[in-house]
Amino acid sequence: MMTMPDVAGFSMQSSASPPLVELRHVTFGYGDRTILRDVSLTIPRGKVTALMGASGGGKTTVLRLIGGQARAQAGQVLLDGQDVGAMSQAQLYAARRRMGMLFQFGALFTDMTVFENVAFPLREHTQLSDAMVRDIVLMKLQAVGLRGARELMPSQISGGMARRVALARAMALDPEFIMYDEPFAGLDPISLGTSAQLIRELNDALGLTSIIVSHDLEETFKLADQVIILGPGVVAAQGTPDEVRASSDPLVHQFVNALAQGPVPFHVQGPSIDEDFGPGAVKKGGR
Amino acid sequence: MRWWHPADIGFALRSKAAAVGQATRLLLRLVAGLGYVLKRPGLLRDQIHFLGNYSLAIIGVSGLFVGFVLGLQGYYILQRYGSAEAVGMMVALTLLRELGPVVTALLFAGRAGTALTAEIGLMKAGEQLSAMEMMAVNPIERILAPRFWAGLIAMPLLAAVFSAVGIMGGWIVGVLMLGIDGGAFWGQMQSGVDVFQDLANGVIKSIVFGITVTFVALLQGFVAKPTPEGVSRATTRTVVMASLSVLALDFMLTAMMFSI
Amino acid sequence: MQPSKTDIWVGLFVMLGAAALVFLALRAGNLLTLDFNKGYEVTARFDNIGGLKPQAAVRSAGVKVGRVKSIGFNDQTFQADVHIELANGYAFPKDSSFKILTSGLLGDQYVGVEAGFDEKPLASGDTVTNTQSAIVLENLIGQFLYGKASESSAPKAAE
Repeated sequence: MMTMPDVAGFSMQSSASPPLVELRHVTFGYGDRTILRDVSLTIPRGKVTALMGASGGGKTTVLRLIGGQARAQAGQVLLDGQDVGAMSQAQLYAARRRMGMLFQFGALFTDMTVFENVAFPLREHTQLSDAMVRDIVLMKLQAVGLRGARELMPSQISGGMARRVALARAMALDPEFIMYDEPFAGLDPISLGTSAQLIRELNDALGLTSIIVSHDLEETFKLADQVIILGPGVVAAQGTPDEVRASSDPLVHQFVNALAQGPVPFHVQGPSIDEDFGPGAVKKGGR
Repeated sequence: MRWWHPADIGFALRSKAAAVGQATRLLLRLVAGLGYVLKRPGLLRDQIHFLGNYSLAIIGVSGLFVGFVLGLQGYYILQRYGSAEAVGMMVALTLLRELGPVVTALLFAGRAGTALTAEIGLMKAGEQLSAMEMMAVNPIERILAPRFWAGLIAMPLLAAVFSAVGIMGGWIVGVLMLGIDGGAFWGQMQSGVDVFQDLANGVIKSIVFGITVTFVALLQGFVAKPTPEGVSRATTRTVVMASLSVLALDFMLTAMMFSI
Repeated sequence: MQPSKTDIWVGLFVMLGAAALVFLALRAGNLLTLDFNKGYEVTARFDNIGGLKPQAAVRSAGVKVGRVKSIGFNDQTFQADVHIELANGYAFPKDSSFKILTSGLLGDQYVGVEAGFDEKPLASGDTVTNTQSAIVLENLIGQFLYGKASESSAPKAAE
């Protein structure tokens, strides 16, 4: 593993140490829409934490806040004790070099080959020789099972493979902390199983901390050490998968059991049934 | 927007002003990106290849045909006053002062400008720019700045090629096809064209146009909505805005440069 | 750094552009006729410069021998001071005359120099007063009418 002196150095210690990421009373929104209201949660070191919740509930927002791509309007987003929102551009970039992020569809650079994609962070941030870069890239690709695809372009590989390449790229600089944005969305069962296995193995073998934002109940509950469920603007549940499954919170209950009715309504807000179908309804060209 | 509502007008004006501010900030960061670009000349070289070499065909062919037409029209008009031999000077001045920089800029906006906008817009839609940011690489320096400086360098060269090819086109039509004396063609041209007044001003114009077109293209791609319609609308906006800006700037520059 | 294939193409492109610029400057423009050597300066006083502009040519026997550097107004003599730069290779007698002429029928105005007979040549900083102003159309018409009027009155007087 490479160690580089930087401003936001993380320490890798046992899970008894303080959490790697902590959100304290964070409020965030766009315009009048509040997405997170006084949200507090912790991400323990060395574990796989799942972030779940209804669509638009703020899961991806939490990732963006941790990565410094968005700034909280109130509260603190602490990365190993340092407030991300208060960091300068240089500090932020130093912090980002210690984390990896996997975007939903991979976000590979379409004008480069698979090899060049994985080599990108190495070439940008290190002065390693071409031979060393080649070795590291091939090792990362080997870990995700795509060493043979190294000369292909992103347009030539499937979605599942693209995401694995993105994982190799996120791992290129041996980060201590990885965020996965919907790693299971749209994958076939084989790829799904493989991805989940990869996430778990990498996390344990390298002592990483992983955050997974996902909708897939089954796979995520199998994989995660800790589950956080976000309701509209608040944390509805936080605990081990079993604890969450047993929760009495109505929102959590609806979510975990995949029920159509519950705190999250089935029908979108609109005119009442009488207005649309009743005798007083004026039928004008479809509306 | 309810145009009679002061709040809506105020909001619209504020968002327009914010957009202008954002654009200015981008321009400054692109200019400041020169330091980064000089450290990574390979990126610049690749972009000059993409913007310059690939535009050469359309610029060359267009220049040739424009030269043909200028030669033809010029001959018909001038020979009525017995000054057919001045065709060379007319073609050269028209190209160097106006058509060279302007037509090249318009063609560049259509060919290279739309390619830039689409590329950046699609990168934005595919979250590639975000991914780069999360890997602690500044996408403005790494992706946008090399393209900006490549456009700035490529445009004057393309305009020079356009003018040169156009003059040759005028020569082909005037001397080879219409029988004007070759010596008079070049002689009149040399006496009428001033290196500083005409050629240098034309080069300055093409540099200004290069900055304008490339910046508009990059800006539209950068602020495009990350959807298919968003990108397509952005490319249209690039062509329209870049073309209008070039024509407006041409008028202002001409007034400044060629005033007596 | 190994020269990649793109390097070659970009190099060719830049060379092509540069060649186009050189072609334009030499063949289309007047770069070759530009004289970068400094000449010597002479000031000519005119009653009326007409449409003479700075950068206008100064010719003798039709050949360009210099250019007009700047034009100013002298409020002591109430004449125009035309500062002329003559090329170093040409020497003119001190009594040479400077006229403002028009090239062609509707062309630009330029300064024509007619050599005099003095043995001493014009030196840098000299002032020339042996000048002929530009032809002003109104004066010409006035002269014509005056001439016509005296013509018709003279035969009458002779009667």
